[in-house]
Amino acid sequence: MRGDRRLFSGLDLAVSPGTFVQLTGPNGSGKTSLLRILCGLLPPAEGAVIWEGANIRSLGEEYFTAVTYLGHRHGIKDELSAVENLRISNALNGVEISQERARTVLDQMGLAGRELLPARLLSEGQRRRVALARLLVCNTKLWLLDEVLTSLDKGAVALVRSLIEKHLTAGGIAIVATHQELELSSGLTKRLELTT
Amino acid sequence: MLRWIVWRDLMLAWRRRSDMLSTVFFFVIVVSLFPLGIGPETQLLRTIAPGVVWVAALLASMLSLGRLFANDYQDGTLEQLLLTPQPLFLVVIGKTLAHWIVAEVPLVLIAPLVGLQFNLDPDTLLILFASLLLGTPVLSLIGSVGAALTLGLRGGGVLISILVLPLYIPALIFGAGAVEASIMGTSPAAHLYLLGAFAIVSSLFSPWATAAALRISLE
Repeated sequence: MRGDRRLFSGLDLAVSPGTFVQLTGPNGSGKTSLLRILCGLLPPAEGAVIWEGANIRSLGEEYFTAVTYLGHRHGIKDELSAVENLRISNALNGVEISQERARTVLDQMGLAGRELLPARLLSEGQRRRVALARLLVCNTKLWLLDEVLTSLDKGAVALVRSLIEKHLTAGGIAIVATHQELELSSGLTKRLELTT
Repeated sequence: MLRWIVWRDLMLAWRRRSDMLSTVFFFVIVVSLFPLGIGPETQLLRTIAPGVVWVAALLASMLSLGRLFANDYQDGTLEQLLLTPQPLFLVVIGKTLAHWIVAEVPLVLIAPLVGLQFNLDPDTLLILFASLLLGTPVLSLIGSVGAALTLGLRGGGVLISILVLPLYIPALIFGAGAVEASIMGTSPAAHLYLLGAFAIVSSLFSPWATAAALRISLE
């Protein structure tokens, strides 16, 4: 429910480890709302989100150790450099990494030479890459990615695809809201289409 | 974990020093306007000094409160902070502590200097300093609740003032009261104790209230 409008109802989705869920649907169909419900930012009007047998409401912070949510706002501080952004966001999630590790990870994301620039000087796609670099470091099981492919070039999309594939083979779950088709070569893919 | 949040906010504040300086300048200018407007009537200036300095400190902290969560809210980092695997009130305590260091401590440090314009003696200046040191954490703590409640609202700045300024009244009364007592030559201790008690009570309750308000604002 957003405002007075019912976005979706009767939604019943069970996801097992190693599954990729692609969430599609027209603008305003509730993809972002669904992801926000799944990550616990938004309480559902009815029903519940169950994680490993327990309602996420009762799990509280414990649930957040298993989840990485990337929204369509990057969550990147303009005043901080890419390295600082990455180190701080990871440290706050309980994964402290060294300066060198942060640099290697950003290199992998194709940001070599830009690591120390303030993020406000980076392009939209580069900032998205900084946000996505977190996926390389975090050790969470459930990835909730909201429109992460927008403003990424082909190379970066391929990079994200391989990241997700690796995550799935390690027994992770990825739920991705996207307009672009994301074909994975391995793993179990589910499609969930929301309608208005 | 707490130190990462404090460090992050201090670094952000350092990268945007102008914001911090504008609060301090506002405080200095507002306080200085009164001696200039009233003229060299030393007795009158001494009488109004406690109230003027304290009210200016309250107004100056209004300027910085709007930024406490708003910037993080806009770029999506606040969402990420809510999803970190630590209790939200710890995040709030870290951010409030950083706000106090960045926005309030400079006022506390400069207050004895601007107090000189009111013909206050050294002992009274010291009490002014002490009362602000005890009282400004209250401003940050209670202010954070208001900042969280008005997050993302249009005209939030005005709304914060309306919500928060009335809650500052006890701090204002005891803070200015302590300085007044010192001017009269009586002991300011009672006022300072009450101010300290108020600071402790608000530090116990406001982080939880702020955390709850943030969750509601980000739904």
